[in-house]
Amino acid sequence: MTTLPTHTEKKLGLVIDLDTCVGCHACVVSCKGWNTENYGAPLSDQDAYGANPSGTFLNRVHSYEVQPEAGPAQLIHFPKSCLHCDDAPCVTVCPTGASYKRVEDGIVLVNEADCIGCGLCAWACPYGARELDQQEGVMKKCTLCVDRIYNENLPEEDRQPACVRTCPAGARHFGDLGDENSDVSKLVAERGGVDLMPEQGTKPVNKYLPPRLKDDYTNTGDIDILAPLLEPVAPDAKGILGWLDKALEKL
Amino acid sequence: MGFNQPVVDTSPKVSDEVRKTTCYMCACRCGINVHMKEGKVAYIEGNKDHPVNQGVLCAKGSAGIMQVNAPSRLRAPMKRVGERGSGEFEEITWEEAYDIAMSKLKPIRDEDPSKLAFFTGRDQSQSFTSLWAQGFGTPNYAAHGGFCSVNMAAAGIYTMGGAFWEFGQPDWDHTKMLMIFGVAEDHDSNPIKMGLGKIKARGAKVVGVNPIRSGYNAVADEWVGITPGTDGLFILSMLHCLIKAGKIDLDYLSQFTNAPVLLDETDGGAEEGLFLKDKDGKALVIDRNTGKLAPFDGKGVYPDLTGTHRKAGVTHRTVFHHMIERYMSEEYAPEAVAERCGISAKRIRKLAAELADVAFNQAIELDRPWTDFRGKKHDKMVGRPVSFHSMRGISAHANGFQTCRALHVLQIMLGSVETPGGMRFKPPYPKPATAHPKPHCKVTPGAALDGPHLGFTHGPDDLCLREDGSAARIDKAFTWENPMSSHGMMHMVISNAHAGDPYKIDTLFMYMANMSWNSSMNTSGVIEMLTDKDEDGNYVIPNIIYSDAYSSEMVAYSDLILPDTTYLERHDCISLLDRPICEADAVADAIRWPVVEPDRDVKGFQSALCDLGARLGLPGFVNEDGSQKYEDYADYITNHIRRPGVGPLAGWRVGEDGLQGGRGEVNEAQLDAYIENGGFWMEHVPEDAAYYKPFNMGYQDWAVKMGFFDAVQPYIFQLYVEPMRKFQLAAEGHGERQPPEHLRERIKHTLDPLPIWYSNEPENLADQYPVTALTQRPMAMYHSWGSQNAWLRQIHGHNPLYVPTKIWEQNDFEEGDWAKVVSPHGEIVVPVAHMAALNDNTVWTWNAIGKRKGAWALEENAPETTKGFLLNHLIHELLPANGDGMRWANSDPITGQAAWFDLKVRIEKSDVAGQTLPDFAPQKSPVGKGPKDLAWKLGK
Amino acid sequence: MHPAPSIILFTVLSGLGFGLMIFLGLGMPSPTGISAFIWFAIAYILAVGGIISSTFHLGNPKNILKSFSQWRTSWLSREGCLAVATLLVMGIYGAALVFLNMRIPLLGYVGSALALATVYGTSMIYAQLKTVPRWNHPTTSVMFIAYAVSGGALLAGQVSLAVWFLPAAALLQLFIFLTADGRFSAAGSTIASATQLGNIGSVRQFEPPHTGSNYLMKEMIHIVGRKHALKLQIISVVLLFTPVLLLLLPFSHALALVAVLAHVAGVIVARWLFFAQAEHVVGLYYDKR
Ligand SMILES: Nc1nc2c(c(=O)[nH]1)N[C@H]1C(S)=C(S)[C@@H](COP(=O)(O)OP(=O)(O)OC[C@H]3O[C@@H](n4cnc5c(=O)[nH]c(N)nc54)[C@H](O)[C@@H]3O)O[C@H]1N2
Ligand SMILES: Nc1nc2c(c(=O)[nH]1)N[C@H]1C(S)=C(S)[C@@H](COP(=O)(O)OP(=O)(O)OC[C@H]3O[C@@H](n4cnc5c(=O)[nH]c(N)nc54)[C@H](O)[C@@H]3O)O[C@H]1N2
Ligand code: SF4
Ligand code: SF4
Ligand code: SF4
Ligand code: SF4
Ligand code: SF4
Ligand SMILES: [Mo]
Repeated sequence: MTTLPTHTEKKLGLVIDLDTCVGCHACVVSCKGWNTENYGAPLSDQDAYGANPSGTFLNRVHSYEVQPEAGPAQLIHFPKSCLHCDDAPCVTVCPTGASYKRVEDGIVLVNEADCIGCGLCAWACPYGARELDQQEGVMKKCTLCVDRIYNENLPEEDRQPACVRTCPAGARHFGDLGDENSDVSKLVAERGGVDLMPEQGTKPVNKYLPPRLKDDYTNTGDIDILAPLLEPVAPDAKGILGWLDKALEKL
Repeated sequence: MGFNQPVVDTSPKVSDEVRKTTCYMCACRCGINVHMKEGKVAYIEGNKDHPVNQGVLCAKGSAGIMQVNAPSRLRAPMKRVGERGSGEFEEITWEEAYDIAMSKLKPIRDEDPSKLAFFTGRDQSQSFTSLWAQGFGTPNYAAHGGFCSVNMAAAGIYTMGGAFWEFGQPDWDHTKMLMIFGVAEDHDSNPIKMGLGKIKARGAKVVGVNPIRSGYNAVADEWVGITPGTDGLFILSMLHCLIKAGKIDLDYLSQFTNAPVLLDETDGGAEEGLFLKDKDGKALVIDRNTGKLAPFDGKGVYPDLTGTHRKAGVTHRTVFHHMIERYMSEEYAPEAVAERCGISAKRIRKLAAELADVAFNQAIELDRPWTDFRGKKHDKMVGRPVSFHSMRGISAHANGFQTCRALHVLQIMLGSVETPGGMRFKPPYPKPATAHPKPHCKVTPGAALDGPHLGFTHGPDDLCLREDGSAARIDKAFTWENPMSSHGMMHMVISNAHAGDPYKIDTLFMYMANMSWNSSMNTSGVIEMLTDKDEDGNYVIPNIIYSDAYSSEMVAYSDLILPDTTYLERHDCISLLDRPICEADAVADAIRWPVVEPDRDVKGFQSALCDLGARLGLPGFVNEDGSQKYEDYADYITNHIRRPGVGPLAGWRVGEDGLQGGRGEVNEAQLDAYIENGGFWMEHVPEDAAYYKPFNMGYQDWAVKMGFFDAVQPYIFQLYVEPMRKFQLAAEGHGERQPPEHLRERIKHTLDPLPIWYSNEPENLADQYPVTALTQRPMAMYHSWGSQNAWLRQIHGHNPLYVPTKIWEQNDFEEGDWAKVVSPHGEIVVPVAHMAALNDNTVWTWNAIGKRKGAWALEENAPETTKGFLLNHLIHELLPANGDGMRWANSDPITGQAAWFDLKVRIEKSDVAGQTLPDFAPQKSPVGKGPKDLAWKLGK
Repeated sequence: MHPAPSIILFTVLSGLGFGLMIFLGLGMPSPTGISAFIWFAIAYILAVGGIISSTFHLGNPKNILKSFSQWRTSWLSREGCLAVATLLVMGIYGAALVFLNMRIPLLGYVGSALALATVYGTSMIYAQLKTVPRWNHPTTSVMFIAYAVSGGALLAGQVSLAVWFLPAAALLQLFIFLTADGRFSAAGSTIASATQLGNIGSVRQFEPPHTGSNYLMKEMIHIVGRKHALKLQIISVVLLFTPVLLLLLPFSHALALVAVLAHVAGVIVARWLFFAQAEHVVGLYYDKR
């Protein structure tokens, strides 16, 4: 059913910290592993050992180089998966109703049983979050690990997305962004989390925490504040030894 | 409206069973939960209880399922039927394989064991393989440490009883500033990422010192894009500033380092520069309380940093005097080094000032009383919350040992080693060089070697030389060319064996090292050496036996293949006797066990060694009656006794009152206990033993109880490394054992007992080849073995050469261009890509992505072989001829560490493109090719 | 966007087919008996053929019937429903003409209206996509309709109308070629807005997420072929104008056939460019458009 719910009880989603992501791809592969074995058809790979290997992934880590006005260029690793948009165009364009947004938690899913693989939803998504599986011919996307986060067969502490659980740097956070008292919402408020391509009007649920100020030679390390610290105690080796004796007396 | 949405099963069955073992997609050795369905591997995730990874898992670890099922897995023992390198093999039985092996090994052992060279690459069972080699009696054994990071390890151990990486780590919970030098990934893959995450969350500052700004350096708050090879200078310059400003931890230096130890200053004396010692050989200091000479560790002694002792008209001064004199010199002033290092003087000062600020103005104190080895009680633990971490970026240079030393000295001068917020050792470290064995090389036909192969030299007497002064080891480790080569020099084995220098060998036996490809310098040359024949048409290196688990490049160059299992199909132990997996707060070891049974005729290599050892009758591998001692590796792990109460595994040993950790007798059910506990054993370091470990009696006593060593052995940090001075003295003409003339000057210069810096540019012809070419570890690939993994190879299927803006524009490169890269040794043609966050005179690529056609069960036109490449073709194991026509090893003159990162090149646009060069004829795949498509699923 | 032949054929043929129905419905011409059968056969072959070829683009066609269910929100669904409705109504209308030699005008008018709506529905599948600024514009629908009407008129032999419609369509296409390039930047999505890193400095891709390719890049990032855009634009405009000239010459069936072929060729080239030149905003994440 492709009419978007007028309201969802929760807005479950991810908060991704671009200041901490080291670009290790752990989230990419654990996602592939979990979702190959679980929800719906496996994520297939074509020409797996050949000249043009390509396959279905629900999460990919881009990397960008940013050149500031002054100071050295910066490199930012940029994981991207479905943002579970409030105004999800991928849902409304779907002719079959396979694409839908859940009322209870806002997760956007594809019901593979109904999907005709027309690809229109992928066209409608600005973020490249949907991939048509070439083996199964159905649309694949991040499920927010809907089969983990409520899974009674998993221990309580494991009821979180595979990518979040595995992220070594702790750059991925999962929670209810609809509740402003949730940890994720607080984090977003604190660190000024942002939407990707707001101009597309999709109202993403997932938020991105921008990198902190880098190579800022004035905030911590302004030489003029720190200069006194390096005030020579003596001009030469001899002088130092003299100073030492006094210093050692004080110990 | 009634919102009718599909019903999703949100609680599907996850697996039939979870089996907990240890990952080996790399050497970090994280704990994994292997989810099984229908007896097969369904999904792999991190083990939350495990000390190393606490639940997280990297890309490689998560892709394990594609490794266990890789089409490249070897299926059975094989003997070569085609020419070496062709890849033509015939599968044989294990019995045939053993017979062939015995036909080579038995005669060697009976006549001259040194004709066997046994080298073991990425070996995680060195305490076992070395036992085998020792039993065999050959001096020619080592693992890969020599071409890996021996500079880091040895400099750390000689200086302070441990280095970074698996020996030590920053105090992630307390540090306020982390400076990370030359690290892309490190062995401690997940812990470092977890640590960075922790300090980032705390808002502590990370400074990345690296010519390349990716990965860890990308998230660093500040990036220092240093000129490669100049870190030593940069570090000593910061030290200069700190000393000049008196911003060093005098109290710490007095009590816990050899800074106050007196040096013999008798001009030209045979002891000049050695410690003044008392009759028990204890180094002497001046006690500030009495003003008199005293042994450094005397009860109640407070050593005087500025002490002097006048005897026979000579004034003997402390190590500290000498350090002040050296490092106060203007040659280390920021202005003097700025240009060389590519870091402005202001920036160097600023960073030094920041270190001083955090170390001394933001010091932390933990209310934990402790007692030091002089019996002095301290009511709290004072911390200097600046920490450092470093790896191959500074160690894989020919000046790497001294640079690593410089970094360790800097930490110590700041009082931040083994103190809260600084750098912490992981048990069983710290362990000073004096507590490690010395190298042994005495060969007796038909008998075992006279002791462990590898160790730490403390002077010329410990070198491995024959009577005639020639090298006793095929790799020339522990010779005047590299007197402190503690890990051996695997990268020299093939070229020395081929040259018959120092002597010819008969059989090269290797394990887990892709030596015909990514782990060798001068890959094309090595391939020629492996296939070269003498005038009678025999291979110059007569026999090559090799154990691999997959169809690697090296397999093709071997005569006999002993196929290993994958890491989920065998027993392994990650032992305290080897490279431990401990964390600073806990001692731990772990196992692997067959969570799936092999579906091929393969055998864990260690089990194969148990069989071969027994057939050869090696001591330690047969019982009195000559029967086989260990049925397999599991048997060895359980029943081997190294020292009283100490075996491969420290968990669940049998003590007076039940099972205990640490020391104890053999427990037949030990492996089950490990499996029960999730594959590992862990015990926490007592609170009062958590810091100041080398000097802290609380720790020392606990360490003895745990069996790390048999008696307490407190020690002080060696800012001044006396053994190096002993080699210098020899070079100056003192003593019996004398270096060859051509090495005297180099030894006098480079084996300075206090850190120095020297340039590696002249011998690498930097004037004609001005650009440094580097490699980095991709976080999602492990050397050569990631490419057989259907998931990982989609992430890193080929590798461009990254070029900085300056060079990009000079050559007006455009996206999609290819370049010719020329070094003094060779030439390659490769695709290029632009990177701005990169040192101006540095180019780099991802390591070991390039593959030989036909290897790894990949299609011959796989991108790894057409657009992927190795830098190794440009790196020679020997330096270009110098003035006197000599060619010195491309290694550190102290440790023999392979100087990968001294590579200098020229780069220009290439008119040929589309296929990286050199390109090799395909090798035949002994395991066929992989399937076209994959859709992996076990459930329903 | 990847110019998939199946989709190009679908849009071009069904456009023509429904275009022809528009005129048949209006009774121009209003054949009966066997000739009516031929007229309607042509229209149905084109329309249905187009629709069938579009299913080749589906990954999982077995669920096709489901695609009529979401007409509330989905233009693709609506288009399907409209097409079927059109074919039904026109079917009855045509049957009456063929077998009863009877024309039911009201049914015809409804049929033409539905045919027109169907073409509009097709156009909206593309025009609705904010992610493809080049399409996300009223001219997209006008263009689809223009082709249907002019092509329809041409097929229906309504020369007097065709001579006005055809040049109009050609001019419109020319106008689109001249104006559409600016739309992507006008829409305001950039690599900076995509990554939200613009406030630090200028952003470029360092490394793609995978060295291997993927569905998104194959489907939505189609830079090849664009090099020849200008050439192809000229060709298509010329082809689109040719029928006009031919129609101004004294009528002959041969000429008419050539005119139709020229028109169809022109539309196909234009439609190929419609896809090949369309840039999807996802390309921004790959620093490619
Ligand atoms: N240019 C350049 N070259 C380098 C480096 C660099 O930085 N730059 N780094 C150097 C360093 S530090 C190192 S350590 C070396 C590493 O290089 P290598 O020591 O060659 O390590 P790997 O490529 O990981 O593979 C070793 C072999 O182990 C095999 N193997 C994998 N798993 C198993 C198993 O379970 N059992 C057995 N028996 N075999 C197995 C693999 O198939 C492979 O053939 O590379 C060195 N080479
Ligand atoms: N994912 C993954 N993890 C691995 C491995 C792997 O293959 N893949 N290999 C394992 C092995 S065998 C090893 S030895 C470790 C090595 O771990 P690392 O030491 O991280 O090894 P490299 O990737 O060689 O990184 C060397 C870094 O030093 C920088 N560098 C080079 N020259 C200089 C210099 O002169 N100064 C400074 N400051 N930096 C410099 C390079 O830019 C690079 O970032 O990683 C281990 N972990
Ligand atoms: S796992 Fe975490 S750190 Fe690694 S790429 Fe994904 S988000 Fe970044
Ligand atoms: S990110 Fe794309 S796929 Fe996900 S909800 Fe938004 S529009 Fe749909
Ligand atoms: S591909 Fe499947 S989910 Fe996407 S729009 Fe078409 S039918 Fe709906
Ligand atoms: S939430 Fe689950 S499905 Fe979505 S990216 Fe993470 S692991 Fe993949
Ligand atoms: S770091 Fe990754 S590959 Fe290495 S052991 Fe840990 S999980 Fe396995
Ligand atoms: Mo290494």
